[in-house]
Amino acid sequence: MLEITNLHATVADKPILNGVSLHVPAGEVHAIMGPNGSGKSTLAYVLAGRPGYEVTEGSVTFTPTRHCEERSDEAIQSAAPDAGLLRSARNDGEALDLLAMEPHERAAAGLFLGFQYPVEIPGISYLQFLRESLNSQRRSRGEAELSAAEFIKLAREQAAQLGMDAEMLKRPVNVGFSGGEKKRAEMVQMGIMSPRFAVLDETDSGLDIDALKSVGAGINRIMRAPDKGVLLITHYQRLLDYVEPDRVHVLNAGRIVRSGGPELAKELEREGYAEAAA
Amino acid sequence: MTAPFPTHRQEEWRYADLDALRPVWEQFAEPVTMTVAAGEELEEAWLAAGDDVQLRRVQLALGEGASARIFALNIAQVYGRIELEVSLAQGAAFELFAANIGTGLSTNEIVTNVRHIGVGGRSRQTVRSVLNGKAVGSYLGKVEVARGAQQTDAEQSVKAMLLDRGATANCKPELEIFADDVKCAHGATVGELDAMQLFYAESRGLDPASARALLLEGFVTGLWDSATDGDAICAAARDALRRVV
Repeated sequence: MLEITNLHATVADKPILNGVSLHVPAGEVHAIMGPNGSGKSTLAYVLAGRPGYEVTEGSVTFTPTRHCEERSDEAIQSAAPDAGLLRSARNDGEALDLLAMEPHERAAAGLFLGFQYPVEIPGISYLQFLRESLNSQRRSRGEAELSAAEFIKLAREQAAQLGMDAEMLKRPVNVGFSGGEKKRAEMVQMGIMSPRFAVLDETDSGLDIDALKSVGAGINRIMRAPDKGVLLITHYQRLLDYVEPDRVHVLNAGRIVRSGGPELAKELEREGYAEAAA
Repeated sequence: MTAPFPTHRQEEWRYADLDALRPVWEQFAEPVTMTVAAGEELEEAWLAAGDDVQLRRVQLALGEGASARIFALNIAQVYGRIELEVSLAQGAAFELFAANIGTGLSTNEIVTNVRHIGVGGRSRQTVRSVLNGKAVGSYLGKVEVARGAQQTDAEQSVKAMLLDRGATANCKPELEIFADDVKCAHGATVGELDAMQLFYAESRGLDPASARALLLEGFVTGLWDSATDGDAICAAARDALRRVV
């Protein structure tokens, strides 16, 4: 579903990624762990297309796969009676050259980045921001836009599922939110967008235990599906107690130095990166 | 008797559109006086009426521990001027959140003189300008801290967004301090939208043009996030922005 091949990238002419290769098949959750400065966030930003993050070599192919199951998410179903059209419009099965696309085109194709540091936007309420964003995605996929009422229903449901007070969505985007609230709000956004593939950059940092549980449950609910994939970037093993990865990769100095099953995360936690990545 | 007609040689009128002012001068020559008594609070939202030339000249006196919050929208299509002279007694608090939105050949200016007279006063002035065409948007803000007005905490934040090369923003914070234990901050920027905000919005699916329009709206309406009832002024600002963007 996501195929990263020999990816090299620089930030301000400084090489950060030095040949990352990684394949995440549909239906799988892959964790990327690694020490500070290993290139984890750079990888996330490159995938989402942040300006200033130059790819110097390599490719990323994104193939949103065919969907065969009924969606369990009733809010989306009721809001999008043309779900069949939705799927075909998402270029199901077609391999997309991700790096050639603009950030908003990647979003419309079904890619979602959960930010490590969600950005504050004074003056724009979460409801307005997300409704305009979602409808912009839907327009570019040839889908009908959601009315204000349909959207509010969807947003309320997603907020409730993540244990967030829906009143917070009336507030300006992330302004005055605590670190944990911002991360929870990222997951509410993910629930509303219902992406095909999510790159979650340290979504667990800044969360207390209860928030960690509900965010973990949210990731499973929204993204655990045969036609979806997740790249979970984290420092610590603790989020992986709630979202069990199919594969764990260790990133060090801009390359994947080790890959393994979920047991690798526990080994890293025990022995540290220096030992495990050696 | 009417006050003498101003000239560009007077600093506070330096960027004014005096031709537009002349026909209406008599009507506005005398400032309106407002007083907030000790311990009282005032919150006002000043929306512009539809006139081409709009002036609001106010002298505001804050008593001990009084507080005033002014939300103002300056969008006259020929010449708009908001002039505020504020005095703060001990422990008083003054906040101004104001926007200039200008298009075509308009001149919009916000001119303030905030005088901290008593100890422990606090003032916050936040001004945002969005200008296109050959519009001029100005903020001339003077903060005076009188002798003995210790623990004064004054802040001025001025940001302008120029959408066309011909547009002009003037930002001039000015400090005159006669006390030694005070905090007076000011910052002014003229320029681009925040790159990280743009990327965040685009990563959620907004195309670059829509993301810019949305952020520009937030740049202005963010001024009124703390207003008790900011809906009317936000709606008026959005209307004005639609003419500009």
